[in-house]
Amino acid sequence: MSAIETSALTKSYRTGFWRMAEKCALQPLTLAVEEGEVFGYLGPNGAGKSTTLKLLMGLIFPSGGRAKILGMEIDDPRVKAQIGFLPEQPYFYDYLTARELLEYYARLSSVPARERRRRIEAVLSRVGLAEAAGVQLRKYSKGMLQRAGIAQAIVHEPRVVFLDEPMSGLDPIGRREVRDLIQQLKEEGKTVFFSTHILADAEALCDRVAVLHRGQLRGVEVVADLSRRMSGKVELVWQGSAAVPAIQALGAEIHATGETIRAVLAERQLDAALDALRGQGARLTSLTPVRVTLEEYFLERLESPPVRGAGLEVQELAGPPSSRGEGAR
Amino acid sequence: MKQIAVVATNTFREAVRDRVLYNLIVFALLLVGASLLVGVVSIGIERLVLINLGLTAIWLFGIVIAIFIGIGLVSKEIEKRTLYTVLSRPVRRWQFVFGKYCGLLGTLAVNTSCMAVGFFVALFCLTRHFQRADAWLLVAIYFVVLQFAIVTALALLFSSFSTSLESAVYAFLLFVIGTFSEDLRSFAQAAHGAVRVVATMAAYLVPNLAALNVILPVAHGQPLPGSLVLYNTLYAGLYSAAAIAGAVLILERRDLK
Amino acid sequence: MNRITAIFAAVLVVSLTAAGLVLQRIDRLRAAPAAEEALYLPSARVLKRISLGCDGLLADVYWTRAVQYFGGKHFQRARRYDSLAPLLEIATELDPHLVVAYQFGSIFLAQQPPEGAGQPEKAVSLVERGIRANPAEWRLYYNLAWIEYDRRNYAAASRAFERGAQVPGAPPAMGVMAATTAQHGGEMETARLLWTQIFNTTEDKTVRATAIKHLQALQVDEDIAHWETAVRAYRAVAGRYPETWSQLLLAGWRGHILDPTGRPYRLKPDGRIEVQDPDQLPFITRGLPPGRDAWGLTPEQRKAIQSVEPR
Repeated sequence: MSAIETSALTKSYRTGFWRMAEKCALQPLTLAVEEGEVFGYLGPNGAGKSTTLKLLMGLIFPSGGRAKILGMEIDDPRVKAQIGFLPEQPYFYDYLTARELLEYYARLSSVPARERRRRIEAVLSRVGLAEAAGVQLRKYSKGMLQRAGIAQAIVHEPRVVFLDEPMSGLDPIGRREVRDLIQQLKEEGKTVFFSTHILADAEALCDRVAVLHRGQLRGVEVVADLSRRMSGKVELVWQGSAAVPAIQALGAEIHATGETIRAVLAERQLDAALDALRGQGARLTSLTPVRVTLEEYFLERLESPPVRGAGLEVQELAGPPSSRGEGAR
Repeated sequence: MKQIAVVATNTFREAVRDRVLYNLIVFALLLVGASLLVGVVSIGIERLVLINLGLTAIWLFGIVIAIFIGIGLVSKEIEKRTLYTVLSRPVRRWQFVFGKYCGLLGTLAVNTSCMAVGFFVALFCLTRHFQRADAWLLVAIYFVVLQFAIVTALALLFSSFSTSLESAVYAFLLFVIGTFSEDLRSFAQAAHGAVRVVATMAAYLVPNLAALNVILPVAHGQPLPGSLVLYNTLYAGLYSAAAIAGAVLILERRDLK
Repeated sequence: MNRITAIFAAVLVVSLTAAGLVLQRIDRLRAAPAAEEALYLPSARVLKRISLGCDGLLADVYWTRAVQYFGGKHFQRARRYDSLAPLLEIATELDPHLVVAYQFGSIFLAQQPPEGAGQPEKAVSLVERGIRANPAEWRLYYNLAWIEYDRRNYAAASRAFERGAQVPGAPPAMGVMAATTAQHGGEMETARLLWTQIFNTTEDKTVRATAIKHLQALQVDEDIAHWETAVRAYRAVAGRYPETWSQLLLAGWRGHILDPTGRPYRLKPDGRIEVQDPDQLPFITRGLPPGRDAWGLTPEQRKAIQSVEPR
């Protein structure tokens, strides 16, 4: 059973003054996320990432298609007990303290009374808010709010955690802390689905990523596979500008800083390049194979045509389609 | 049901911390001042003026609170997106609506009770003893609370689909029309043709706050028929239920962007 | 979720309908409460101050209430109209130019119950206020004159007409009325003239209806007086009272046999003429069955009115 499954999940809005024009925010999306995965949902701003998350949370209703979480339809009330959600740029009841906030949310999630106190304190220290727990949220910095947000998403120990741009607006320390938290969640066996447009974070944390652009799924890939894939290029760094023309003739990209030259060229040209350098008496500083970065994959996927559940087994979801939202706004 | 209670308690807490209860202090001072002033200015009708002033103040303060907090109940949560984290939990939208309603109505009930105590204290200071007719004052206050129930439900209804400023205007307009609803019905009876049909429909849709406004007769010691209390309670309950049901229906179908 | 939608839609429809039904019950319980609240308002001036500038609208509300109040109670043949004066006072305080309210008040405050509140002094003060606020409104002098006329203060009525005749734009008839009232105060023709003029100078339906009733009553009084003369003359000749109309007609007498409502007058064996249905003809002073006064009340009923506690 996948943690998250969608089948042709679609969302379009009626816009314009008379609500005549239809704008498609999410093209039919078919995706599956396994339990225990950290799944990165990437895309530029306006790609439809938040739309997908809101559809999964039941905040907006699909125009078509279906989705399941932990094997249950998303409108099944039992689902909500197993998931946690951190919305984008969250805002909380600022008249409450962090502790009261968590108390409120824990009660709503039906955390049993005896457990509640313990879990709240545990979560508070985990996100580093133990000292500020008695302060009203209106006095919190952005980073503290974000941490409070994560706290409320995990206080009831859900199996699947959804985070919408969890690093946005954080300073590097804050981002590091959130990254560590996500790592911890993974170690606890939780499934983490988070959307971001900061590729470095995704590269560091995710098992798999999906690329979304203009409402269309452009690709899904295992991150580890990416780095293992050699791009077939090597990078040479040496001292001495004399060899530059010869290397350039081999079709390399050259970057020069004073006497230090950096060139990237195809692997098969390596021997010819080394000969050229030796011939000029240049001193070789380093020779490194270049690996595919997530950024390259990402940019490449943005240009390519959309795919349907690439690289995955697509199972047809059984049962009647989602009861609300067929053709709805 | 527990979810409703949780949301209700939170709403209550929000209202309390919203410095709303400071109006209690203002009200108390107002009453004390008024009763002193009244004793100096007008002879023979101090009790009358105090009752009119006190009950009307309780009524208007409460309506203002009901409208201004009521219209933000749902719309503010949507605007500030605090609703997202609530709905990602095992809380149904209709439970959320109920909880908000109960929270605000509870706040108003507590508020009114405190004001009522203050009022009776001021009355006692003025008249030195309670008359039997004073029991009707309690009924008048109870009717005012019923008005709050209706106005809060309407504000909640508007809140589910409209932003705060417009809602406040609509809610206030409906309140004023509702206070004159009996006149609206008389007018409808005297009209003819299409105007009569439209006016009658409007007259029945508009909340009947006129029958709940018994401050004047009660101030003069007029008794009220017991069946009126029963029917008014029934009416307030039914009308509020309708408005809340409307709010639920709207919210259940709404995309929360 | 469709189940939830269905449940709440049902709740909405059912509660709204039930609320409407309960509302009808409540309305029945609160017969004329809005109107009676007027009794409790400290004063019209207070209301004006707290009306926040919506004077005109509020005046209309109170005027409407006054009309509804009177209409409703009149239908029940009420004995007291305690709230009428306060309602009219408030309406005219809020809108001093509500001429129709002064006209209405002048008649229905002055007339005796059940045709009015029986408070002629209040009627006079209302109309005087109306005159002060609307000095160019010569119509109001008709109303003032009538109140005095009805109380048989013919001199005062004549003075009212004189004042009215001074108003620029007043019709010459006012001057004539001044003279007529002074000289022929108690006569039928004067009263007829007066009521015809009142009928012509008002747009209010209720006032017009009552003017017609007064004119009908005058007609009846005239007819009955005529026939009673005829009957006495007949007896002087024939030695007995006529039993049928044809007997009178054969004797050469002419006149109206039907009253203004279309019902035939009755010849009584004791020589009196009676109207068939006195309830249809308020204000008549002749042709009433014995034991009923001019307002259709028996002495016991009249006494009952005068002893009712104010409400």
